[in-house]
Amino acid sequence: MTACADKEALLHGLLDGELDAANARAFEEHLKSCQGCAKAYGELQGLSARLSTPGVSYRAPAGLRQRVEAMAAAPVAPRKRLRAAAPWALSGTFAAIAASFAIVSIQPNTTALEDQLVASHVRSTLASHLVDVETSDRHVVKPWFNGRVDFAPPVIDLADNGFPLAGGRLDYIGERVVAALVYRRNRHVINLFVWPSKPGLSSTPAVAQHSGYSMIHWRHGGLEYWAVSDIDAHDLEAFHQAFAIRTQS
Amino acid sequence: MTGRVIPFGPLMAAKPDSPGSAFALPFRRPRQTAGPADETPLDPGEAERFRRLILPHLDSAYSFARFLCRDASLAEDLVQDAFLKAFRGFRGFRGGEPRAWLFAIVRTSHLSSTRRRSDAPVEPEVLAAVPSEDDTPEAALLRQADVDTVRGAIEALPEPFRETLVLRELEELSYREIAEITSAPIGTVMSRLARARSLLLAALPPEETGR
Repeated sequence: MTACADKEALLHGLLDGELDAANARAFEEHLKSCQGCAKAYGELQGLSARLSTPGVSYRAPAGLRQRVEAMAAAPVAPRKRLRAAAPWALSGTFAAIAASFAIVSIQPNTTALEDQLVASHVRSTLASHLVDVETSDRHVVKPWFNGRVDFAPPVIDLADNGFPLAGGRLDYIGERVVAALVYRRNRHVINLFVWPSKPGLSSTPAVAQHSGYSMIHWRHGGLEYWAVSDIDAHDLEAFHQAFAIRTQS
Repeated sequence: MTGRVIPFGPLMAAKPDSPGSAFALPFRRPRQTAGPADETPLDPGEAERFRRLILPHLDSAYSFARFLCRDASLAEDLVQDAFLKAFRGFRGFRGGEPRAWLFAIVRTSHLSSTRRRSDAPVEPEVLAAVPSEDDTPEAALLRQADVDTVRGAIEALPEPFRETLVLRELEELSYREIAEITSAPIGTVMSRLARARSLLLAALPPEETGR
Protein backbone atom coordinates (compact mmCIF):
# COMPACT_ATOMS: atom_id res chain seq x y z
CA MET A 1 0.00 0.00 0.00
CA THR A 2 1.65 3.21 -1.06
CA ALA A 3 0.79 6.87 -1.09
CA CYS A 4 -1.08 8.30 -4.05
CA ALA A 5 1.49 9.25 -6.67
CA ASP A 6 0.03 12.72 -7.14
CA LYS A 7 -0.09 13.54 -3.42
CA GLU A 8 3.58 13.56 -2.54
CA ALA A 9 3.89 17.35 -2.59
CA LEU A 10 0.83 17.63 -0.37
CA LEU A 11 2.21 15.08 2.10
CA HIS A 12 5.36 17.11 2.60
CA GLY A 13 3.55 20.42 2.42
CA LEU A 14 1.17 19.42 5.21
CA LEU A 15 4.01 18.06 7.33
CA ASP A 16 5.96 21.30 6.90
CA GLY A 17 3.01 23.61 7.47
CA GLU A 18 3.32 25.00 3.98
CA LEU A 19 -0.23 24.34 2.75
CA ASP A 20 -2.85 27.03 2.80
CA ALA A 21 -5.85 26.39 5.02
CA ALA A 22 -8.18 25.08 2.33
CA ASN A 23 -5.69 22.61 0.92
CA ALA A 24 -4.58 21.50 4.36
CA ARG A 25 -8.20 20.70 5.29
CA ALA A 26 -8.85 18.92 2.03
CA PHE A 27 -5.73 16.83 2.33
CA GLU A 28 -6.44 15.93 5.96
CA GLU A 29 -9.81 14.63 4.75
CA HIS A 30 -8.00 12.59 2.14
CA LEU A 31 -5.71 11.12 4.78
CA LYS A 32 -8.73 9.79 6.66
CA SER A 33 -9.86 7.79 3.66
CA CYS A 34 -6.55 6.78 2.06
CA GLN A 35 -4.53 4.24 4.02
CA GLY A 36 -1.54 4.50 1.70
CA CYS A 37 -1.19 8.23 2.18
CA ALA A 38 -1.89 7.95 5.92
CA LYS A 39 0.89 5.40 6.34
CA ALA A 40 3.33 7.51 4.35
CA TYR A 41 2.39 10.56 6.40
CA GLY A 42 2.96 8.66 9.64
CA GLU A 43 6.39 7.59 8.47
CA LEU A 44 7.32 11.16 7.59
CA GLN A 45 6.14 12.36 11.00
CA GLY A 46 8.20 9.65 12.69
CA LEU A 47 11.26 10.61 10.69
CA SER A 48 10.76 14.27 11.52
CA ALA A 49 10.52 13.47 15.22
CA ARG A 50 13.67 11.39 15.07
CA LEU A 51 15.58 14.11 13.24
CA SER A 52 14.60 16.67 15.84
CA THR A 53 15.93 14.52 18.70
CA PRO A 54 18.01 16.78 20.93
CA GLY A 55 21.65 16.21 20.13
CA VAL A 56 21.30 15.69 16.40
CA SER A 57 22.04 19.36 15.82
CA TYR A 58 25.60 20.26 16.65
CA ARG A 59 26.57 22.94 19.13
CA ALA A 60 29.35 25.42 18.51
CA PRO A 61 32.57 24.57 20.39
CA ALA A 62 33.46 26.95 23.22
CA GLY A 63 36.65 28.16 21.53
CA LEU A 64 34.76 29.16 18.40
CA ARG A 65 32.18 30.97 20.51
CA GLN A 66 34.88 32.93 22.28
CA ARG A 67 36.56 33.95 19.04
CA VAL A 68 33.33 35.01 17.38
CA GLU A 69 32.17 36.95 20.41
CA ALA A 70 35.55 38.67 20.65
CA MET A 71 35.35 39.59 16.99
CA ALA A 72 31.90 41.11 17.38
CA ALA A 73 32.91 42.99 20.53
CA ALA A 74 36.36 44.27 19.65
CA PRO A 75 35.85 47.15 17.24
CA VAL A 76 33.20 48.96 19.25
CA ALA A 77 34.41 48.80 22.83
CA PRO A 78 34.50 52.16 24.61
CA ARG A 79 37.54 54.05 23.55
CA LYS A 80 39.59 56.99 24.58
CA ARG A 81 40.30 59.83 22.27
CA LEU A 82 43.76 60.51 21.02
CA ARG A 83 45.99 62.08 23.60
CA ALA A 84 49.43 63.62 23.66
CA ALA A 85 52.26 61.16 24.19
CA ALA A 86 53.71 60.85 27.67
CA PRO A 87 57.26 61.91 28.46
CA TRP A 88 58.39 58.27 28.59
CA ALA A 89 58.42 58.36 24.84
CA LEU A 90 61.28 60.78 24.93
CA SER A 91 63.85 58.79 26.86
CA GLY A 92 67.04 56.88 26.24
CA THR A 93 68.87 56.60 23.00
CA PHE A 94 65.77 57.61 21.07
CA ALA A 95 65.53 61.01 22.64
CA ALA A 96 67.28 62.80 19.81
CA ILE A 97 65.09 61.47 17.06
CA ALA A 98 61.94 61.64 19.13
CA ALA A 99 62.64 65.26 19.90
CA SER A 100 62.40 65.97 16.20
CA PHE A 101 58.74 64.95 16.38
CA ALA A 102 56.37 67.02 18.44
CA ILE A 103 53.63 64.65 19.51
CA VAL A 104 50.14 66.08 19.66
CA SER A 105 46.55 65.04 19.37
CA ILE A 106 45.18 64.70 15.87
CA GLN A 107 41.91 65.72 14.30
CA PRO A 108 38.69 64.18 15.61
CA ASN A 109 37.47 63.24 12.12
CA THR A 110 39.95 60.37 12.03
CA THR A 111 37.79 58.27 14.34
CA ALA A 112 36.31 56.24 11.50
CA LEU A 113 39.82 55.59 10.22
CA GLU A 114 40.94 54.41 13.64
CA ASP A 115 37.92 52.13 13.81
CA GLN A 116 38.89 50.60 10.52
CA LEU A 117 42.50 50.17 11.52
CA VAL A 118 41.64 48.45 14.78
CA ALA A 119 39.01 46.30 13.07
CA SER A 120 41.57 45.37 10.43
CA HIS A 121 44.13 44.52 13.07
CA VAL A 122 41.62 42.36 14.94
CA ARG A 123 40.56 40.60 11.75
CA SER A 124 44.15 39.90 10.84
CA THR A 125 44.67 38.06 14.10
CA LEU A 126 41.34 36.21 14.00
CA ALA A 127 40.78 34.93 10.55
CA SER A 128 44.02 33.24 9.59
CA HIS A 129 44.64 36.29 7.48
CA LEU A 130 47.69 37.61 9.24
CA VAL A 131 50.04 37.54 6.28
CA ASP A 132 49.74 36.95 2.54
CA VAL A 133 53.48 36.53 2.21
CA GLU A 134 54.97 34.85 5.24
CA THR A 135 58.66 35.43 5.72
CA SER A 136 61.08 37.31 7.90
CA ASP A 137 63.17 38.09 4.81
CA ARG A 138 62.54 41.68 3.81
CA HIS A 139 64.08 40.94 0.40
CA VAL A 140 61.11 38.68 -0.22
CA VAL A 141 58.44 40.92 1.28
CA LYS A 142 59.49 44.08 -0.52
CA PRO A 143 59.27 42.73 -4.09
CA TRP A 144 56.04 40.96 -3.16
CA PHE A 145 54.35 44.35 -2.88
CA ASN A 146 55.55 45.34 -6.36
CA GLY A 147 52.59 45.40 -8.68
CA ARG A 148 50.20 44.83 -5.80
CA VAL A 149 50.32 48.39 -4.49
CA ASP A 150 51.22 51.57 -6.38
CA PHE A 151 53.84 52.68 -3.88
CA ALA A 152 56.89 51.14 -2.28
CA PRO A 153 56.54 50.60 1.46
CA PRO A 154 59.89 50.45 3.23
CA VAL A 155 60.32 46.90 4.48
CA ILE A 156 62.67 46.75 7.41
CA ASP A 157 63.39 43.84 9.69
CA LEU A 158 63.57 45.04 13.28
CA ALA A 159 64.55 41.71 14.83
CA ASP A 160 67.57 43.39 16.40
CA ASN A 161 65.18 45.63 18.28
CA GLY A 162 62.96 42.76 19.34
CA PHE A 163 60.40 43.23 16.55
CA PRO A 164 61.00 40.48 13.98
CA LEU A 165 59.27 40.90 10.63
CA ALA A 166 56.65 38.19 10.09
CA GLY A 167 55.48 39.06 6.60
CA GLY A 168 53.25 41.32 4.56
CA ARG A 169 49.64 41.51 3.57
CA LEU A 170 47.30 43.60 1.46
CA ASP A 171 44.45 45.21 3.32
CA TYR A 172 41.66 47.70 2.66
CA ILE A 173 41.48 50.89 4.66
CA GLY A 174 39.42 53.90 3.72
CA GLU A 175 38.44 52.33 0.38
CA ARG A 176 41.99 51.92 -0.80
CA VAL A 177 44.41 49.04 -0.90
CA VAL A 178 47.12 49.50 1.69
CA ALA A 179 50.25 47.57 2.59
CA ALA A 180 50.27 45.91 5.99
CA LEU A 181 53.65 44.92 7.37
CA VAL A 182 53.36 42.41 10.15
CA TYR A 183 55.81 42.36 13.03
CA ARG A 184 55.90 40.24 16.14
CA ARG A 185 56.68 41.24 19.67
CA ASN A 186 57.02 38.07 21.72
CA ARG A 187 53.60 36.46 21.19
CA HIS A 188 51.93 39.67 20.08
CA VAL A 189 51.35 41.06 16.62
CA ILE A 190 51.98 44.55 15.32
CA ASN A 191 50.29 45.59 12.11
CA LEU A 192 51.99 48.50 10.39
CA PHE A 193 49.62 49.92 7.78
CA VAL A 194 51.26 52.00 5.05
CA TRP A 195 49.82 54.05 2.21
CA PRO A 196 50.71 57.25 0.36
CA SER A 197 49.89 60.45 2.22
CA LYS A 198 48.42 63.56 0.74
CA PRO A 199 50.98 66.31 0.32
CA GLY A 200 51.17 69.17 2.77
CA LEU A 201 49.99 67.33 5.86
CA SER A 202 51.77 67.57 9.17
CA SER A 203 54.35 64.92 9.89
CA THR A 204 53.68 65.11 13.61
CA PRO A 205 53.27 61.67 15.15
CA ALA A 206 50.31 60.91 17.37
CA VAL A 207 49.51 58.08 19.70
CA ALA A 208 46.13 56.70 20.61
CA GLN A 209 44.49 54.10 22.75
CA HIS A 210 41.53 52.61 20.97
CA SER A 211 39.37 49.71 22.18
CA GLY A 212 42.29 48.51 24.25
CA TYR A 213 44.69 48.65 21.32
CA SER A 214 47.68 50.93 21.05
CA MET A 215 48.08 52.99 17.90
CA ILE A 216 50.75 55.33 16.63
CA HIS A 217 50.40 57.39 13.51
CA TRP A 218 53.17 59.18 11.67
CA ARG A 219 54.09 60.38 8.21
CA HIS A 220 57.42 60.12 6.51
CA GLY A 221 58.68 60.28 2.94
CA GLY A 222 55.23 60.77 1.44
CA LEU A 223 53.74 57.79 3.27
CA GLU A 224 51.21 57.42 6.06
CA TYR A 225 52.08 54.92 8.77
CA TRP A 226 49.71 53.50 11.35
CA ALA A 227 51.07 50.97 13.81
CA VAL A 228 48.36 49.02 15.64
CA SER A 229 48.87 46.38 18.30
CA ASP A 230 47.65 45.01 21.58
CA ILE A 231 51.12 45.45 23.05
CA ASP A 232 51.81 48.03 25.68
CA ALA A 233 51.93 51.64 24.43
CA HIS A 234 55.56 51.91 25.58
CA ASP A 235 56.54 48.93 23.47
CA LEU A 236 54.71 50.28 20.45
CA GLU A 237 56.48 53.59 20.83
CA ALA A 238 59.79 51.72 20.95
CA PHE A 239 58.75 50.01 17.72
CA HIS A 240 57.92 53.36 16.15
CA GLN A 241 61.27 54.83 17.20
CA ALA A 242 63.20 51.83 15.88
CA PHE A 243 61.36 52.02 12.59
CA ALA A 244 61.77 55.79 12.31
CA ILE A 245 65.52 55.63 12.90
CA ARG A 246 65.96 53.03 10.17
CA THR A 247 63.94 55.04 7.65
CA GLN A 248 65.76 58.27 8.46
CA SER A 249 69.14 56.89 7.48
CA MET B 1 -9.48 16.01 -4.15
CA THR B 2 -8.34 17.69 -7.26
CA GLY B 3 -6.20 20.52 -6.02
CA ARG B 4 -3.31 21.64 -8.16
CA VAL B 5 -0.22 19.71 -7.34
CA ILE B 6 3.27 20.53 -8.40
CA PRO B 7 4.72 17.60 -10.34
CA PHE B 8 7.28 15.68 -8.41
CA GLY B 9 10.32 13.64 -9.18
CA PRO B 10 13.71 13.13 -7.62
CA LEU B 11 15.50 15.35 -10.06
CA MET B 12 12.72 17.20 -11.73
CA ALA B 13 13.49 20.42 -13.50
CA ALA B 14 12.98 23.65 -11.63
CA LYS B 15 9.42 24.85 -11.94
CA PRO B 16 8.28 28.23 -10.70
CA ASP B 17 5.33 28.06 -8.38
CA SER B 18 2.19 29.56 -9.80
CA PRO B 19 -0.37 31.77 -8.05
CA GLY B 20 -2.81 28.88 -8.03
CA SER B 21 -0.41 26.66 -6.13
CA ALA B 22 -1.67 24.80 -3.10
CA PHE B 23 1.18 26.26 -1.13
CA ALA B 24 0.66 29.29 1.03
CA LEU B 25 3.88 31.08 0.31
CA PRO B 26 4.77 34.51 1.60
CA PHE B 27 5.77 37.21 -0.82
CA ARG B 28 9.35 37.16 -1.93
CA ARG B 29 11.51 39.47 0.08
CA PRO B 30 14.08 41.60 -1.69
CA ARG B 31 17.29 39.66 -2.07
CA GLN B 32 19.80 40.52 0.53
CA THR B 33 23.48 41.00 0.23
CA ALA B 34 25.15 37.92 1.64
CA GLY B 35 28.62 39.24 2.09
CA PRO B 36 30.77 42.24 2.62
CA ALA B 37 29.44 45.37 1.02
CA ASP B 38 29.74 48.58 2.96
CA GLU B 39 32.74 47.83 5.13
CA THR B 40 33.01 50.98 7.14
CA PRO B 41 32.94 49.87 10.76
CA LEU B 42 29.59 49.49 12.43
CA ASP B 43 28.74 52.15 14.94
CA PRO B 44 28.14 50.90 18.49
CA GLY B 45 24.36 50.72 17.93
CA GLU B 46 24.73 48.59 14.81
CA ALA B 47 27.29 46.36 16.47
CA GLU B 48 24.95 45.89 19.40
CA ARG B 49 22.20 44.95 16.96
CA PHE B 50 24.53 42.43 15.33
CA ARG B 51 25.27 40.86 18.70
CA ARG B 52 21.57 40.74 19.56
CA LEU B 53 20.29 39.41 16.21
CA ILE B 54 23.10 37.35 14.75
CA LEU B 55 25.28 36.02 17.57
CA PRO B 56 22.48 33.90 19.12
CA HIS B 57 22.51 31.79 15.95
CA LEU B 58 26.07 30.62 16.39
CA ASP B 59 25.01 27.07 17.31
CA SER B 60 22.67 26.88 14.34
CA ALA B 61 25.30 28.22 11.99
CA TYR B 62 27.85 25.75 13.30
CA SER B 63 25.43 22.84 13.00
CA PHE B 64 24.56 23.81 9.44
CA ALA B 65 28.24 24.24 8.54
CA ARG B 66 29.10 20.95 10.18
CA PHE B 67 26.52 19.07 8.13
CA LEU B 68 27.63 20.89 4.99
CA CYS B 69 31.32 20.09 5.24
CA ARG B 70 31.14 17.05 7.55
CA ASP B 71 34.30 18.00 9.38
CA ALA B 72 34.59 19.57 12.83
CA SER B 73 37.60 21.81 12.24
CA LEU B 74 36.54 22.85 8.75
CA ALA B 75 33.16 23.78 10.19
CA GLU B 76 34.84 26.00 12.79
CA ASP B 77 36.82 27.78 10.09
CA LEU B 78 33.72 28.18 7.95
CA VAL B 79 31.66 29.66 10.77
CA GLN B 80 34.38 31.99 11.94
CA ASP B 81 34.86 33.20 8.38
CA ALA B 82 31.12 33.57 7.91
CA PHE B 83 30.65 35.60 11.10
CA LEU B 84 33.49 37.85 10.06
CA LYS B 85 31.82 38.41 6.69
CA ALA B 86 28.45 38.85 8.37
CA PHE B 87 29.86 41.43 10.75
CA ARG B 88 31.57 43.34 8.00
CA GLY B 89 28.56 43.16 5.74
CA PHE B 90 25.90 43.61 8.40
CA ARG B 91 24.51 46.67 6.62
CA GLY B 92 23.47 44.26 3.86
CA PHE B 93 21.04 42.65 6.30
CA ARG B 94 17.62 44.18 5.79
CA GLY B 95 15.54 42.40 8.37
CA GLY B 96 13.74 39.11 7.96
CA GLU B 97 14.92 35.84 9.41
CA PRO B 98 18.49 36.44 10.62
CA ARG B 99 19.36 32.76 10.30
CA ALA B 100 18.44 32.74 6.62
CA TRP B 101 20.80 35.64 6.00
CA LEU B 102 23.56 34.07 8.06
CA PHE B 103 23.15 30.62 6.52
CA ALA B 104 23.46 32.07 3.03
CA ILE B 105 26.84 33.47 4.06
CA VAL B 106 27.90 30.16 5.65
CA ARG B 107 26.90 28.38 2.48
CA THR B 108 28.81 30.79 0.26
CA SER B 109 31.90 30.32 2.43
CA HIS B 110 31.45 26.58 2.18
CA LEU B 111 31.16 26.64 -1.60
CA SER B 112 34.21 28.84 -2.05
CA SER B 113 36.30 26.77 0.35
CA THR B 114 35.19 23.63 -1.47
CA ARG B 115 36.36 25.21 -4.70
CA ARG B 116 39.70 26.02 -3.10
CA ARG B 117 40.10 22.39 -2.08
CA SER B 118 38.88 21.12 -5.41
CA ASP B 119 42.30 19.70 -6.26
CA ALA B 120 41.25 16.77 -4.11
CA PRO B 121 37.62 16.21 -5.09
CA VAL B 122 35.63 13.82 -2.96
CA GLU B 123 33.10 11.69 -4.74
CA PRO B 124 29.67 11.84 -3.13
CA GLU B 125 29.26 8.13 -3.79
CA VAL B 126 32.36 7.40 -1.73
CA LEU B 127 31.25 9.68 1.09
CA ALA B 128 27.84 8.11 1.12
CA ALA B 129 29.43 4.89 2.40
CA VAL B 130 31.35 6.61 5.20
CA PRO B 131 29.63 6.37 8.58
CA SER B 132 29.45 9.26 10.98
CA GLU B 133 32.75 9.90 12.67
CA ASP B 134 31.77 12.21 15.43
CA ASP B 135 34.77 12.61 17.68
CA THR B 136 33.50 14.50 20.71
CA PRO B 137 33.66 12.74 24.08
CA GLU B 138 29.89 12.92 24.51
CA ALA B 139 29.53 10.95 21.33
CA ALA B 140 30.99 7.98 23.09
CA LEU B 141 28.11 7.86 25.53
CA LEU B 142 25.57 5.15 24.92
CA ARG B 143 22.67 7.52 24.52
CA GLN B 144 24.52 9.05 21.62
CA ALA B 145 24.20 5.87 19.60
CA ASP B 146 20.93 6.87 17.97
CA VAL B 147 22.07 10.45 17.50
CA ASP B 148 25.16 9.15 15.74
CA THR B 149 23.07 6.92 13.53
CA VAL B 150 20.85 9.82 12.55
CA ARG B 151 23.79 12.17 11.97
CA GLY B 152 25.54 9.52 9.90
CA ALA B 153 22.46 9.01 7.76
CA ILE B 154 22.16 12.77 7.18
CA GLU B 155 25.83 13.07 6.33
CA ALA B 156 25.52 10.27 3.81
CA LEU B 157 22.99 12.29 1.79
CA PRO B 158 24.32 13.95 -1.37
CA GLU B 159 24.88 17.65 -0.78
CA PRO B 160 21.83 19.37 -2.29
CA PHE B 161 19.51 16.97 -0.47
CA ARG B 162 21.53 17.21 2.73
CA GLU B 163 21.52 20.98 3.00
CA THR B 164 17.83 21.22 2.15
CA LEU B 165 16.94 18.59 4.71
CA VAL B 166 19.05 20.17 7.47
CA LEU B 167 17.56 23.60 6.83
CA ARG B 168 14.02 22.21 7.00
CA GLU B 169 14.15 19.46 9.64
CA LEU B 170 16.83 20.79 11.98
CA GLU B 171 16.49 24.53 11.48
CA GLU B 172 12.78 24.52 10.60
CA LEU B 173 13.10 27.17 7.94
CA SER B 174 10.31 27.68 5.42
CA TYR B 175 10.49 26.52 1.82
CA ARG B 176 10.80 30.15 0.78
CA GLU B 177 13.73 30.77 3.10
CA ILE B 178 15.46 27.59 1.99
CA ALA B 179 14.93 28.60 -1.63
CA GLU B 180 16.62 31.94 -0.96
CA ILE B 181 19.53 30.43 0.94
CA THR B 182 20.24 27.77 -1.67
CA SER B 183 19.43 29.97 -4.68
CA ALA B 184 17.01 27.34 -5.91
CA PRO B 185 13.38 27.59 -7.03
CA ILE B 186 10.80 26.48 -4.48
CA GLY B 187 9.85 23.49 -6.62
CA THR B 188 13.44 22.30 -6.49
CA VAL B 189 13.52 22.74 -2.71
CA MET B 190 10.39 20.60 -2.45
CA SER B 191 11.70 17.85 -4.67
CA ARG B 192 15.05 17.80 -2.86
CA LEU B 193 13.29 17.61 0.49
CA ALA B 194 11.09 14.73 -0.63
CA ARG B 195 14.09 12.92 -2.07
CA ALA B 196 16.14 13.49 1.09
CA ARG B 197 13.35 12.16 3.27
CA SER B 198 12.86 9.10 1.14
CA LEU B 199 16.60 8.37 1.26
CA LEU B 200 16.58 8.82 5.04
CA LEU B 201 13.54 6.58 5.49
CA ALA B 202 15.47 3.92 3.60
CA ALA B 203 18.57 4.45 5.78
CA LEU B 204 16.64 4.76 9.04
CA PRO B 205 13.80 2.25 8.76
CA PRO B 206 10.58 3.49 10.43
CA GLU B 207 10.53 0.41 12.72
CA GLU B 208 13.42 1.97 14.63
CA THR B 209 11.94 5.40 15.00
CA GLY B 210 9.83 4.39 17.98
CA ARG B 211 12.84 3.81 20.22
